[in-house]
Amino acid sequence: MILDFEKPINDLEKKLETVQKTYEKHPDPERKIEMKNLEKQIKRLKIEIHNHLTPWQRVQLARHPARPYFLDYVKLIFHNFIEIHGDRTFKDDKSVVTGWADLDNQSVMLIGQQKGRTVEENLMRNFGSMHPEGYRKALRVMKMAEKFSKPIITFIDTQGAYPGIGAEERGQAEAIARNLKEMSSLKVPVITVVIGEGGSGGALGIGVANKVLMLENSTYSVISPEGCASILWRDATRAPEAAKALKLTAQDLYYFGVIDLIIDEPLGGAHTDHLMTANSIKKEIKNTLAKLNKLSSKSLVSQRYHKYRTLGEYIEKNQIKTSRKKITKK
Amino acid sequence: MKKWYERTDEKRIPEKSKAKKMPEGLWSKCPSCGKVIYQEQLIDNQYTCMECDHHFRIGAKERIEITFDDKSFKEMDTRITSLNPLEFTDNITSYDKRLSQAMKKTNLTEAVVTGTGKIYGIHVACAILDFNFFGGSMGSVVGEKITRVVEKAIKNKIPLVIISMSGGARMQEGIFSLMQMAKTSAALALLSEKRVPYISILADPTTGGVSASFSMLGDINIAEPKALIGFAGPRVIEQTIKQKLPPGFQRSEFLLEHGMVDIVVHRKALKATVAQLLRYMT
Repeated sequence: MILDFEKPINDLEKKLETVQKTYEKHPDPERKIEMKNLEKQIKRLKIEIHNHLTPWQRVQLARHPARPYFLDYVKLIFHNFIEIHGDRTFKDDKSVVTGWADLDNQSVMLIGQQKGRTVEENLMRNFGSMHPEGYRKALRVMKMAEKFSKPIITFIDTQGAYPGIGAEERGQAEAIARNLKEMSSLKVPVITVVIGEGGSGGALGIGVANKVLMLENSTYSVISPEGCASILWRDATRAPEAAKALKLTAQDLYYFGVIDLIIDEPLGGAHTDHLMTANSIKKEIKNTLAKLNKLSSKSLVSQRYHKYRTLGEYIEKNQIKTSRKKITKK
Repeated sequence: MKKWYERTDEKRIPEKSKAKKMPEGLWSKCPSCGKVIYQEQLIDNQYTCMECDHHFRIGAKERIEITFDDKSFKEMDTRITSLNPLEFTDNITSYDKRLSQAMKKTNLTEAVVTGTGKIYGIHVACAILDFNFFGGSMGSVVGEKITRVVEKAIKNKIPLVIISMSGGARMQEGIFSLMQMAKTSAALALLSEKRVPYISILADPTTGGVSASFSMLGDINIAEPKALIGFAGPRVIEQTIKQKLPPGFQRSEFLLEHGMVDIVVHRKALKATVAQLLRYMT
């Protein structure tokens, strides 16, 4: 799939391909120069486009079907993954995948929301939208990690928790609420990486962490741009405007003090180079974990509590209180 | 004794001119059964219909009056108000402007009133959400005030009671609103650790980011009869599953049946029930 704004890049890439093919058949130095020029043009255009992405374009990148999903990262970053299934109460929610894995020489517990690429996969994964039993499975494995003093790494990629009859019957609200409460007092390091869509409470339900990292073109928001546009203007097609109003990009969230680090994506977006994206994530997880490993369980709990305790912005007795970072926004 | 058709006393047959003079706001019509109720009677009946038991949606002030012992409620954190951190606007009116309109309309500073008070002599820390102010939604201020009242309960070792009525997280404050869910829930984890009791009362409606955080985390969750309680709103669910929802779906009795609330209590029995539960838990 080619996004609208990617089209000029794609056109040039196609052109380059044809020139390459002719060059292979008839090695002609002029073609070689043409190829070099085209490559330069492509790079320039990519920089031009990707340095000026609108919030809506980032939403599109975050939802790109070729963007790496959680299980892609499991393969590219970790070893010896053993998946753990089920909440031991109702069923195994396949929209979230959990299990033990090795991160080089440290064992960790992984929890990740998983979207599908094909119709069959999406039926199985429910498009990455979790049910209550998914949150309960996640909590069960978090408690297991805590029991054996192992860090927890969660990956967020969901439109939101599933709004359906069964989800309500089995207590979607309670399941998310309980995770928020329990995650806040886990005695082991918790790192969350937002890799695609951070869809509201459904994302936060596995995202109360000591450190929250976000891929450059991922988003995190209280409501989807479509939902917001429907409420404001009764018109979901105005989602691009809503995306701008919601301030849902990694850059905005870093500025607000909500996330701790932005992980750079390859030029052109994560979907253009899975391995390079995975390597960047791996590097930052390892850096972050190395710092958190030094903290006692008591400090981990209090650091995490303090992080969320200070989030917000309001005015009290004529004084502004804010979690906003004191940096000038680029 | 006169025959019934001979009686002419004014009480039975009010003159038309007198009825016309009735000042407005003295009568309320029950939205459920249509019964017209005299305002004073409605107040005496704690804003519930004497005919069909419909629970009227009430503001924080009315809630305080019917919940706490006379003049025992002391409000805290009164001088904390919202900003517009996202510079949010719907392209017609900015969020700041809508906030000041809401303040004027409701005479409230935000969607929650917090403080301490007494329930049959038991000292409690309390938060009451008000649906009239931005649908009782939670932004930075609601999150902060709730967190502070939880901390107050911890510090003074007094039970916590939160009465919820809310559409969820406040869209206009974006990610800040979402993070209040984590903030309030984390504070409740501390409360729980200190073994301070928390009773959550869910009134009509309690949905979204409020039900998916502090409202569902009570040691005891009490629902008022027929209140809409859930994570997703019914319209969103209908759009997603493309079918009509069965009657009674996401109502208190449905949640009781599915094990998500502990008791459904009529508003008139609420105060006594809370007091009795607190006696068990302290």
